[in-house]
Amino acid sequence: MTAADTHAPGAHEGHGHDAGHGSLKDYVIGFVLAVILTAIPFWLVMGHVLPTAQMTAVAVMGLAVIQVLVHMIYFLHMNSRSEGGWTLLALMFTLILVVITLSGSLWVMHNLNTHMMPVTAHDMQQMP
Amino acid sequence: MSPDLVKFLFGRLTWDAIPFHEPILLATFAVVALGGVAVLGLLTYYKAWGYLWREWLTSVDHKKIGVMYIILAIVMLLRGFADALMMRAQQAIAFGDHAGYLPPHHYDQIFTAHGVIMIFFVAMPLVTGLMNLVVPLQIGARDVAFPFLNNFSFWMTVGGAVTVMLSLFVGEFARTGWLAYPPLSNLAYSPDVGVDYYIWALQVAGVGTTLSGINLIVTIIKMRAPGLSLMKMPVFTWTSLCTNVLIVATFPILTATLALLTADRYLYTNFFTNDFGGNPMMYVNLIWIWGHPEVYILILPAFGVFSEVVSTFCGKRLFGYSSMVYATVVITILSYLVWLHHFFTMGSGASVNSFFGITTMIISIPTGAKIFNWLFTMYRGRIRFETPMLWTVGFMVTFVIGGMTGVLLAVPPADFVLHNSLFLIAHFHNVIIGGVVFGMFAGINYWFPKAFGFKLNSFWGKVSFWCWLVGFWVAFAPLYVLGLMGVTRRLNHFEDPSLQIWFVIAAIGAVIILFGILAFLVQIIVSIRDREALRDVTGDPWGGRTLEWATSSPPPAYNFAFTPVIHQIDAWWDMKQRGYERPTSGFIPIHMPANTGAGVVLAGISTVLGFAMIWHIWWLAALSFVALIASTIVHTFNFKRDYYIPAEEVVRVEDERTQALRSLA
Repeated sequence: MTAADTHAPGAHEGHGHDAGHGSLKDYVIGFVLAVILTAIPFWLVMGHVLPTAQMTAVAVMGLAVIQVLVHMIYFLHMNSRSEGGWTLLALMFTLILVVITLSGSLWVMHNLNTHMMPVTAHDMQQMP
Repeated sequence: MSPDLVKFLFGRLTWDAIPFHEPILLATFAVVALGGVAVLGLLTYYKAWGYLWREWLTSVDHKKIGVMYIILAIVMLLRGFADALMMRAQQAIAFGDHAGYLPPHHYDQIFTAHGVIMIFFVAMPLVTGLMNLVVPLQIGARDVAFPFLNNFSFWMTVGGAVTVMLSLFVGEFARTGWLAYPPLSNLAYSPDVGVDYYIWALQVAGVGTTLSGINLIVTIIKMRAPGLSLMKMPVFTWTSLCTNVLIVATFPILTATLALLTADRYLYTNFFTNDFGGNPMMYVNLIWIWGHPEVYILILPAFGVFSEVVSTFCGKRLFGYSSMVYATVVITILSYLVWLHHFFTMGSGASVNSFFGITTMIISIPTGAKIFNWLFTMYRGRIRFETPMLWTVGFMVTFVIGGMTGVLLAVPPADFVLHNSLFLIAHFHNVIIGGVVFGMFAGINYWFPKAFGFKLNSFWGKVSFWCWLVGFWVAFAPLYVLGLMGVTRRLNHFEDPSLQIWFVIAAIGAVIILFGILAFLVQIIVSIRDREALRDVTGDPWGGRTLEWATSSPPPAYNFAFTPVIHQIDAWWDMKQRGYERPTSGFIPIHMPANTGAGVVLAGISTVLGFAMIWHIWWLAALSFVALIASTIVHTFNFKRDYYIPAEEVVRVEDERTQALRSLA
């Protein structure tokens, strides 16, 4: 076995650009979608389109999630192949953590509030 | 000057902030000042400033940054341990009519500073330092992915450490415990600068930690040598990857939580106040979503060190490599699902408590699998009890007991009895000293010859190990007993004289640990003195198995003249088995990142910004913020980012090594 087998000269130059930079068409589609997804919430809020404020809030948040996806696909060029699948893996990991943190906190804090905070904020201010 | 002008210029900083009336602090200040002047004087006398600046402070070489991280950690260990000794002394004498020598006001700052320093400025820099030093060598890379960012991260960590140290002599530190729970840490109950010192020190250092986490993840994912697939990576690199994933995922939560607390203190918001809809329990919830993964951030790299040490010093491949990797990944995920066990007693119901109790107990399964893997690696191995191996065996015994007391605490009903008691203190020191500290000492003893080209003296290494092991048990076994008797933590004074004997024993233990630290310092000094006798020319003093032992000690700036190609787990062992011959010709110029002073400048300005915010010196805060942005922009126009090491230089360095190896044979 010789030195040539164990060493790859210049192997450190491997700065690959396999992420892709998207075409003009992609950017235009992304931009138009982003504008539409921004305009709808304004319309929902300003025109009082939905019967209750709560429904409006849920709708706005739903549109925000779609907006995030549009940004990731059209502007950050994320798909299952970019960077050898690492971006998708990182995204899934992030989502798992966000779900754990948010749902866990809601569950824990709801429990704590029920058990430990029987009084309203108004009652608290009356306390000595 | 008019009072208004003084207030504008200095914020709330006045002469009262300097502790002239506290003799302990004045004496400490005198010692630090004299020591500092002596060091600066020596540097000037030997004209070392230029060398220090060019070769170390501005260096982007991952090996030098790793060494600087470890030096920072050792310096801060002395401070943190001095705090520990003071607490042990106070608790050993403050009984009945005797008030001890530390007033509560001072004592509370000491236990807060002890916790903050030991976790953020001792354990974290040790872990980050070792990862920086070793990971690029283990994967056959020339440096980390973002060399300047690495230097910047280090100096931000230093900035945080400087801020904490400053609180000793200018103003005071937090009196809240190391996690600064509100409502105590809110403006209403801590109106002075202590909590602000805490917040800004951690925010400045946190930037460094997060960036260094990103840096090492990218390095491990993108810069491995050809052939080094994930399941062939050394276990230390695997645990480093998982640790850095944890850092990147959780440190933003710490940053956000502290930012909300900052808003409460500076902008009078009510996130964590008692009234106006605020909820202090939310802070506790958020800080532990970061805080529990944090302890795994510290312990995983230590597990990696033990894996490397065990297989090297038993002369065997690590038993159950794949199960070791899977156990590490499982621990990474599970560490997110247990945070509530830190506040079982805060009042969530049985369903919540039992869920988090069970997930906590489940973590002991992959951890136990790791312990068995190390034991099976030792089984029928030819064990050499060198210093790193001693630390490893000491760890296995100590950590298992610490883990078992942890499982006890994971049972919610038991936790209602033991919560906030000295049993808890004994438990987490048992796993952090027995796990992280022992692991880092094993790592320092193991990789020191790689970093400097000579081994550490083994006699003083063994003295240090035995003092630490014995001292640990003498210091913390009494705390288990006291905790079971119901003694709570952070007490400044005790009424019951029957408890005193246990605290005296604990204080003796702390003194034995002090001898362990002193022996470690002696070990380093003696080894530097005897460096010619301890010299290792081969670059592979232990009969190593992983790639870092393939290059010279200390490695050249470029690590490997040619990037190696990997075929097996334990790449270097495989190369040795197959009769590897070192290339001695055909060298080409090597592309390397250039040093830059921008990291020092940016971190320095950040520290000033933190100081100005602490003391409400708004003009300085605004000025340093603008300066920070401006310096960053100026740095982007620095185009001298890289250079080539000429082929002749590579030939010269490699020929030197060829000569040295030949003279050995």
